[in-house]
Amino acid sequence: MSFVKLTASALAISAVSATAAAARDQVQVAGSSTVLPYASIVAEAFGENFDFPTPVVESGGSSAGLKRFCEGVGENTIDVANASRQIKDKEIAACAENGVTDIIEVRIGYDGIVFASDINANSFEFTPTDWFLALSDKVMVDGELADNPNTTWADVNPNFPAVDIQAFVPGTKHGTREVFEDKVILAGCEATGAFEHLLAHAEGDTDKAKHKAAEKACIALRTDGKSVDIDGDYTETLARIESNKDGIGVFGLAFYENNTDKLQVATMSGVVPSTESIATGEYPVSRPLFFYVKKAHIGVIPGLKEYAEFFVADEVAGEDGPLAEYGLVADPELTETQEAVSNETVMGGNS
Amino acid sequence: MTDLSQNPAGAAPRKHGGSLLEKSPHTRKRNAAETRFKAYGIAAITAGLIMLLVLVTTIVGKGTGAFQQTFVTLNVELLEAKLDKKGNRDLADIKKVTTFGYAPIIKGAMEAAIEDLGIETSLKSKELAGILSKDVAAQLRDYVIANPDQIGQTVEFRFLASSRVDGYLKGRVTRDSIVNDKNISAEQLDLVDALAAAGVLEKTFNLDFIFGADASDARPEAAGIGVSMLGSLFMMLVVLALALPIGVAASIYLEEFAPQNWLTDMIEVNISNLAAVPSIVFGILGLAVFINYMHLPTSAPLVGGLVLTLMTLPTIIISTRASLKSVPPSIRDAALGVGASKMQAVFHHVLPLAAPGILTGTIIGLAQALGETAPLLLIGMVGFIASNAPETLADGLLAPNSAMPAQIYEWAKRADPAFYERAWGGIIILLLFLVTMNTLAVILRRRFERRW
Repeated sequence: MSFVKLTASALAISAVSATAAAARDQVQVAGSSTVLPYASIVAEAFGENFDFPTPVVESGGSSAGLKRFCEGVGENTIDVANASRQIKDKEIAACAENGVTDIIEVRIGYDGIVFASDINANSFEFTPTDWFLALSDKVMVDGELADNPNTTWADVNPNFPAVDIQAFVPGTKHGTREVFEDKVILAGCEATGAFEHLLAHAEGDTDKAKHKAAEKACIALRTDGKSVDIDGDYTETLARIESNKDGIGVFGLAFYENNTDKLQVATMSGVVPSTESIATGEYPVSRPLFFYVKKAHIGVIPGLKEYAEFFVADEVAGEDGPLAEYGLVADPELTETQEAVSNETVMGGNS
Repeated sequence: MTDLSQNPAGAAPRKHGGSLLEKSPHTRKRNAAETRFKAYGIAAITAGLIMLLVLVTTIVGKGTGAFQQTFVTLNVELLEAKLDKKGNRDLADIKKVTTFGYAPIIKGAMEAAIEDLGIETSLKSKELAGILSKDVAAQLRDYVIANPDQIGQTVEFRFLASSRVDGYLKGRVTRDSIVNDKNISAEQLDLVDALAAAGVLEKTFNLDFIFGADASDARPEAAGIGVSMLGSLFMMLVVLALALPIGVAASIYLEEFAPQNWLTDMIEVNISNLAAVPSIVFGILGLAVFINYMHLPTSAPLVGGLVLTLMTLPTIIISTRASLKSVPPSIRDAALGVGASKMQAVFHHVLPLAAPGILTGTIIGLAQALGETAPLLLIGMVGFIASNAPETLADGLLAPNSAMPAQIYEWAKRADPAFYERAWGGIIILLLFLVTMNTLAVILRRRFERRW
């Protein structure tokens, strides 16, 4: 019975210390699965080079991460939220309600979104218009909006092969979806004239409301199975393309660069996606990546400020750093970001 | 005397006529039905075995690669000018040199090795270092900090090769597949061939996969499952320490002491219901109760263990009650007959006889909990977490950690195909644990089980 007693007392002790020793000694990060690889690279290097323990990086999506970030201040809440989009006003308000007022916004660089098909399948040279015509719920037919009649890529653009349209796009919980809608579908919507038509018929009291309604109608994707939402990760999209050779998927640039033996990338408006073409702004579909730091935790959680500073240091997030090597497009304004982090400049101007 | 003995067997008038030696159509039909049923059974078992075979061959085929890793043996000159500019061997100064500062030393070591071996290559020093893992700088820095007196000397190191090089030796990466790959070039593969021919670069068994920590996306070759294995171990400790006593106490009370009324019936039904509740539900419950309400730390094996305890309890209660039930009442009666109290009868006689069954049920419950992933997703045990090995018991329970199945799930999600191989390798290790536990349960049952 002594073993049982020993285990029981050991557990009792640790249960007591659980409440007492809740003081956390490592930085906790959660959020976007797009930022996760970069954050894990930084966390690993941080653990190696500093005397602080390696930060913990959880995934789960930008929205889920920001929600946890805004739960409050204290050791039981996360210190840093990763996001593949900027924080929304709604989220800032939710944060403020829970006492999270001083938030430091850090832009780490840019990430490209690429369109890729199976390595042995057809290659494509897309424009946003092609994607709008292929995936939108309603397109312009003879000057009127009608249900999307296109079933093959040749219907969309005579230069394309006559294969069935089958696209795998990120689900709505992903930050990538928003960029896809804004930079591709909406651009195509405007280019085909559907936007003007929608705007003319939009309901709303003000111009702004009308504009919003038209935009919302523009980005509605067809629901007849030609466009499939992928709620999982890019590995799931890849698996779907491997089993359906006609499929075209939306990926992050870094993911594509790690799987060039299985995927071939399509050009967008004639530009091949690469870190260079994204850095110069030629490749249109890119977005900034962020992380948000809770200022109230700086000085309470050991290593938090050092982690944030290390993340944006030249040797890490710069052009020759490990992040750029993995697929991040370095931010040309990195120096300003570094200053903002070391001065702990919070959002909204006052520090 | 009965009718039967008066009529000799053969002479009995048969209902449908004909000889006994000749099967009647009805008998033939029944026999055929039996033969068919046997064939269905054999077909079902064969189908099951084929599936198992396919599963096992796939897992072994895809996963064994993870247990081998490519290493490069290099002599590294630990330049004092780079590592300790002041030359006073002050640890604080040496620590100021980050892993980025070690890059020139690694490049130099590669160049020196190629010169020594007489290999002709047009690669630049950065590309030369590109065949090594990004982990190398960290390995060197750790060594220098641990042995500052070695600065200035030339030391032999065994470095990990990068995941692409490793994949090339394993056949995952070919010269065709890297055409568009910006991480490695054909010239680098030429160099790899030359280094392999010289015996500097070789593929060997990799113990670090079994005992190591998780690594970031940039260096899949350095990732190991060891730390998440510890996470699983601590979770199982919590499950064992909580589920076994609670489960056994509950079943003894229900089986031996509780009155039979609608309340106990209700409890019984609910226990069976709980056993069938999907595990993700327990994860949501754990998040709401243990983390949001009780404020226990996220990603902690303690919380994981608590959630899995909830999941395992019904299994243990059901199996314990079954084994208590199987102890014959005569044993209780005999004990009570010689004057034992009810409690003495239960604890001195019934419980020891039921112990093998309880143990078996517990081991099977633990094995089930060990392979469970869904609840762990919700309490934050997935991500880049299993990077620090816990040092103390409290650390092991409270510091963030992952668990084996969660680590496998995480690896399967990552972009680099080398992680995919490690996910399969992790599955092999997890399956080994499960098979061992289940075999143990069978052996214990065989050895100690008593039949009445």
